[in-house]
Parts: sequence; structure tokens; C-alpha cells
Amino acid sequence: MQYSSLKVLENREVAKNIFKLKLEGKYNVKPGQFFMLRSWEDEPTLSRPFSIYDKGENYISFLYEVKGKGTEKLAKLKCQDTVKVLGPLGNGMDISRIKGKVALVGGGIGIAPLFYFAKKIEAHVDIYFGFRDEVYGIENLKCKNLYISTESGKVGYKGYITDIFNPFDYNLVITCGPLAMMKKVKDVCKKTATPLYLLMESKMACGIGACLVCTCKTKDGMKRVCKDGPVFKGEEVVFDA
Amino acid sequence: MLNISLWGKTFKNPVVAASGTFGFSREYNEIYDVSILGGIVTKGLTLNKREGNEGIRCFETSSGMLNSVGLQNPGIDYFIENELPFMKTLNTIIIANLGGGSIEEYVQGAEKLDKSDVDIIELNISCPNVKEGGVNFGIKSNIAREVVKEVRRVVKKPLVVKLSPDAEDIVDMAVTCVEEGADGVSLVNTFKAMAIDIYKKRPVFKNVFAGLSGPAIKPIALRMVYEVSKAVNVPIMGIGGIKDYKDAIEFIMAGASLVQVGTANFINPFACRDIINGIENFLKEEGINSINEIIGVI
Repeated sequence: MQYSSLKVLENREVAKNIFKLKLEGKYNVKPGQFFMLRSWEDEPTLSRPFSIYDKGENYISFLYEVKGKGTEKLAKLKCQDTVKVLGPLGNGMDISRIKGKVALVGGGIGIAPLFYFAKKIEAHVDIYFGFRDEVYGIENLKCKNLYISTESGKVGYKGYITDIFNPFDYNLVITCGPLAMMKKVKDVCKKTATPLYLLMESKMACGIGACLVCTCKTKDGMKRVCKDGPVFKGEEVVFDA
Repeated sequence: MLNISLWGKTFKNPVVAASGTFGFSREYNEIYDVSILGGIVTKGLTLNKREGNEGIRCFETSSGMLNSVGLQNPGIDYFIENELPFMKTLNTIIIANLGGGSIEEYVQGAEKLDKSDVDIIELNISCPNVKEGGVNFGIKSNIAREVVKEVRRVVKKPLVVKLSPDAEDIVDMAVTCVEEGADGVSLVNTFKAMAIDIYKKRPVFKNVFAGLSGPAIKPIALRMVYEVSKAVNVPIMGIGGIKDYKDAIEFIMAGASLVQVGTANFINPFACRDIINGIENFLKEEGINSINEIIGVI
């Protein structure tokens, strides 16, 4: 874990309100790990957590949706600007032993970390990505089969990605997206007894496990999304009804 | 130059990491050597393990944040067995923050901590996020008096009482704690506050209220430290939105012997380190030989 100022190599709007931010830096990062980003001084108070979207020899990149004060500031970054970066953080996932067929199920901006999973997993990967309207983040996406859904019907299946996802064929499922979607994926994986990992999201303050504001409810009590997660086993996470 | 001797202990500098923002120091120690700090206050501890509050626990506000963690902690026995040995390997003063829901719980917790290797006990009568039995010990001086009196009876170590800014009269509260034997006071804890989700038409937090911290509270916290320092003759730890060395020096000039840094650790993970260096540079540039010369000069 380092705290560094990194140079912006690219900050491009790839779809409406969706930006890809590429920063110069060499890191060892596991899929599912994240960084705390800050491109401002005092306001907003807290830094913002973003999962790793992609990584190269000399760069790390993030895919983010402009939603509030922090992402609005990030969206204004230009090449050569600097961003303060703390990370990599979180458990991430050891993917070296993954075998068989893997399904990555993502919804909306939750697809961001799954891009890097797809890149790093050696085994067979099928991807199920659901969007509201516009499709993004799939350029150079590595997989065997790509299934897309949009709620508007603009691209692919019209409806939710969970309508067309069946875990039966898979040895492992990894999912990230809105809670309602992940809950549904968990339910169907339970029926077929398919091993599942969930990537949880939370508002964070410290990002390193000290402040306990980002906890998620698990069957073993409240756990820290930033330190014990963000990758949790499917059966571990308790969704409130 | 930065050394301060209080309660028979020597703090290498006046900068202390505040409770609840620094865990049990393992995480920040991965970023930098936290032995450089004057002291570290543990996450708030209770007699038994607590899971803390459900739902959203954090909400950002202008120049600050609200938290509703609700004293999630592994319990005092676990702390003494599994966290304290690590903290004692750090070359800094370890302050245990003690929370509770009843006088009995406070006293039993205090007995255990008093027998442990912690250097100082900070009695937390001011957490706004736990509402067991409907009593908040930090609002009325006569209720605080009972807790401090009973805890003092069983604590031989230095005992500092952490005050709530929501106290009816912060000066009277501090005086009462000192009358009951507190060796020092630390102030202020977070302010009881709230936020509303206007689209869902309901409070953001399940508990409705949450604690406000960060730069937003600094001027009020500073005023309270100043007022209390005029009324008591025990050392004060100043807390409240301190984010840089200038803020820290303001609190010291207002009467604090030590300062606690909390939310600033989230703004800048090196905040405590930067504040220590900043204070040292300030003293050099101003030709001041020792931090002790500026404590309470206002």
C-alpha cells in the first residue's frame, strides 16, 4: 500500500457521465482491489474509493460514473494533472487457482472491477453485463461469450441481465452491481449450488480498515468492506429483506 | 522541543490519534511508522463485544462527515489479549477509550483496563451513537458525576474524561469531572447531528442522529477548549476538526496540552505525521524553544 501523487494520462468520457481515468504508476494489483482517489484539497472531505478497472505495465485505470461532488471534480481532470492515490486496498481475489467455466455478472458501473477479472482469469470466462441504456466499458474486454442487456432495449436483450443469466453451466460466478441485482444472482446461485463471490460497495472514510464506517452485514457479524472485502463469499453476505 | 510530561508520562509530541479513527493502529502502521505519534487512543471499547449499528454509517457533509458506527468493537478482553500486545510494541503512549451503556458496565470495563498495560484510560461519556436505556451520560453534569465517581474508585491509572459538545454546560461538565477525580479532560467528541434523504423522505441514518466531525466543528470545539481551560487546572486534550499544524497550535494556545487528530486522517493518511512536523517547524521559525511555552497563552 502506498500513498502517491500520480499523473493523469487520460480522462475520457466513454458514455454519458461515464469516464475512464488512466493514471501513470506501477502497481501489483489483484482483481477486486481498489484505490482511494483524491484530486482536490479540502472539499469534499473524504477521498473516493474506486475498483481497479485495468492495469498495464506503467498505468492503472478506473471507470467511474459522475454522481456527486467527488466524481464531478475527477471528471474535470486533464492530462498531466495529478491525483493522490492510496492503494491498492482491500482483499481482492486470488484467481490463480480458478478452473472450469466462470461467469462474471455485472450491472451498470459495477462492471468496472469485472473487466480486470476477465483480463486476469485464465479459465473460460463468459460475461453478462446489464445496463440501463448506453453500453460502455466493453472495449478490449476479454471473454469467450458476451451477453448484454439494456433496460431500454437499445442493445442486446431488453430487460435485466438476471433475466437471461443461469448459473447452472458455471463452476464459479463473480458479481458486482446494484444490491437488488446481486441479491438476485445470489438467490439463483443458491438454487444451483454454484460458488459465488460478491463485490460489495460502500461509502468509505479511511479506506484501510480503521474507521468501521463501511461495514457490511455477514453471517459472522459486521465486516469491513474496505479490509475484509470488497470480495465476499456469496453465502457470507446477509442482504436485508 | 515537542516533549510534554503529563500524568507521569512523557509524550514525545502533543499529537495523539483520536478514538475511532485509528482502529488499534495496525492499519495506519502499514502506511507509516505510527511510533512517531505522541499517543494513540484506541477504538472505543466496551466490556463485551459490540456489532455496532446497521445500515449506513457514514455521510459526508460540507467540511465534515457524520458517523453512526455505534461502538463496534471486539470487547475489552479480546483487546487486551489480541490488540494491546501489538500496540505496546509501538514506542508511543497507549490510551484506551472506554465506552459503556450503564455505570456497572463502565466500572467493570475500567477494572479490566486498569489491570492491563494501557498507559491512560479515556472515559467516553459522550458517544452520540449508542442509546441504550435512553441515557446519554455526557449531557447532564449530575449524571456524568456518578459515572466518573464510580470509575475513579476503581482506576489507579491516569483517568481522562472525554466530553460531549452537547453537554448542557461544557464548563460545568468539565469542572464536575475534575471534582470527581478526573486527571484530565479531552474535548470535544462529535456533535449530535442528522441528515435527511429528501427523496426517500426519511433520515439517512437508522438511528436518526449521528456524530458530526471534521473541519466544520473546529471553531466551536476551539471555543469550548478555551472556556474549559479557564475553569479547570488539569491537562486538556483538544479535539475537533484539527486538520493541520495551524489548527493544532490554535488548540494548544487555547489551553490544550495535547491535541487529538481524527477525521483529518481520512483527508490525508499522513495527517498526524504532517502536523507533528508542522508544529516543529512553526516553533523553530517563531523562535520558541518548547511547546510548553505556548500552552494556554491566550
